[in-house]
Amino acid sequence: MTTASATTDRAAAGAPARRTARLAPWRNPWRHPWFLEGFTWLYLIWSLAPIVIAVLFSFNKGKSQATYQGLSWRWYFGDKVNSVWHNPQLHSAVIETLRLSAYTTIIAVPLGVAFALGINRWRGRVPSTFNYVMILSFVVPELIFGVAMFFVFTQLFTSVHLGTLAEVLGLVTWNVSWPAIIVQARLVGIGKQYEEASADLGSTQFQTMRRVLLPLLTPAIFASAILVFSGVIDDFVIVDLLSSNAANTPMSVIIYSTQHGGNGGPALNALATIMLVMSFVVAALGFLGYRLMTRGERIDGQQALVTIAGGD
Amino acid sequence: MQTNAPQRRARRGRPGKADKQAQPTRLFWVLLAAPGIIWLALLFIVPFYAVLAIGEGKLNRLFESPVAVYNPLKWSSANLSHVLHDLFGAGSFAGPIAVRTILYVAAASVLCLLIGYPAAYFVSRFAGRRKGLFLVLLIAPFWISYMMRMLAWIDLLQTAGYVNRALSDLHLISAPVNWLGGKPLTVILGLVYGYIPYLILVLYAGLDRIDTSLIEAGRDLGLSRVQTFVRVTLPLSRQPILTGMLITVLPMVGDYFTNQLLSGAPNTSMIGNLIQGQLGTPGLEGQGAMLSLLLLVVLLVPMIYYVVATNRSSREAA
Repeated sequence: MTTASATTDRAAAGAPARRTARLAPWRNPWRHPWFLEGFTWLYLIWSLAPIVIAVLFSFNKGKSQATYQGLSWRWYFGDKVNSVWHNPQLHSAVIETLRLSAYTTIIAVPLGVAFALGINRWRGRVPSTFNYVMILSFVVPELIFGVAMFFVFTQLFTSVHLGTLAEVLGLVTWNVSWPAIIVQARLVGIGKQYEEASADLGSTQFQTMRRVLLPLLTPAIFASAILVFSGVIDDFVIVDLLSSNAANTPMSVIIYSTQHGGNGGPALNALATIMLVMSFVVAALGFLGYRLMTRGERIDGQQALVTIAGGD
Repeated sequence: MQTNAPQRRARRGRPGKADKQAQPTRLFWVLLAAPGIIWLALLFIVPFYAVLAIGEGKLNRLFESPVAVYNPLKWSSANLSHVLHDLFGAGSFAGPIAVRTILYVAAASVLCLLIGYPAAYFVSRFAGRRKGLFLVLLIAPFWISYMMRMLAWIDLLQTAGYVNRALSDLHLISAPVNWLGGKPLTVILGLVYGYIPYLILVLYAGLDRIDTSLIEAGRDLGLSRVQTFVRVTLPLSRQPILTGMLITVLPMVGDYFTNQLLSGAPNTSMIGNLIQGQLGTPGLEGQGAMLSLLLLVVLLVPMIYYVVATNRSSREAA
């Protein structure tokens, strides 16, 4: 993991650039790659400008998704029938998304952390097999997993009806690999010396875990909770296959089914903007919290950013 | 990694006692892992067996509902032969859909790499003191919901939308194009737009980890920038490229919502649409189960490669 690569990079690029400053720009072997920079800016505009426009459309005065007609709060709460606040379907979708995110995070994170700790220290065939199973659950395409969940709840475990419970069970299984993978990576990074020191000083296994391991793992656990929470806000396939009626349909499915049914309009943009704000708030809290928890370590802001987005 | 039991044994010189001490330690870890193991067994392994049992099972003719058969000795291959006939038989309707899925996914993932690699490369190597800003912008789409990002393009690509207006202002088109009416190009670009953030994040993390002294050594030894890239950076980024491609290709294959939103026409439907369509349809659910299992078998090779590569890199980190 790089911590200070940016600074060394800069220093390395700066010094030779001065030395070769007399060369013509196109002969300078250390010239700034303007073409690459332009390309990157083009990519960023392509990737972000549509989102900005979509957010603007959520404040559209008129009904159109294509023409901007001026600023208003109509689609958030102004419109008595179709705004997110007044339309019961859109309103309940916001609540259902928050509920699913909270339930899933509360269950998946402790489950995954305990699994990671146990699997990492218990040597044998059973734990290593289930470690592979856990990583498989991370890479299996969501549709195939969703199909399996759909059938198991409609044919085998039929007492779990499609709905919030089925959604939570599916989402927990789908997301439990985040804490499991991140905590295992962190455990490998910590090494065994702290634990051994604690054991030598006479603490029991449980004390070692509570007083030594868990504090060391806190940033990793926190990062995985952020990833699970925001992952559930964004999730579509599992909740689409496992939802049964309007009361247990979260935002992403409402946006999909309404738009696909030909009833799209600025109210959907408003709903999507609410989703966006929720995700960004979670991301910002995650970033700040992670910085706070790792302030004694040599982790810079960029590293924290990548970790919070699940890039490690 | 090793357990600490042998060390303790060596220190105390009394193997019997140390073994007894090691026992509760092990039980502790077993108890910690148990809930997760039971959860994965019940809600990951059992469901896939249920899909297999339904796929190999029978059809209740009265209600047109699938009947799961859990005993492998009584499995029937009716669904399998139906699906294979649909895929490869004469006048099959699923065959072209499978080929189309492969073509779309191949085109979209190559485009993702061609666009994503230069951007990730630039930010990881040359962004200098603006690296933080670039990184925030690069990662931002990761926090924007997929549906929001599709919705954004639906707004722009309306017949009276900004894309058509811009193109006709530039005199590139004479009449407005119906972008959302079954255009393969729209679907492929939609897939690229949807999945590229995941690829870029993996590429950035991998490229940022490359030891800059290796690249500097290449430059110091007289390689040009392009030569250094081809002979040092590119070989070192093989692993992130492979991982990133897998992370984009696997979900793309199971995608059924992008083309539904951006085209909705049968001429752009993919294998995911077929499976999803069969799920709610009486009489076809068994075939849907079989088809998703076949898809899983096809994707098992890249998935296992990913699992092995992940395990290897985490062992190397240790």
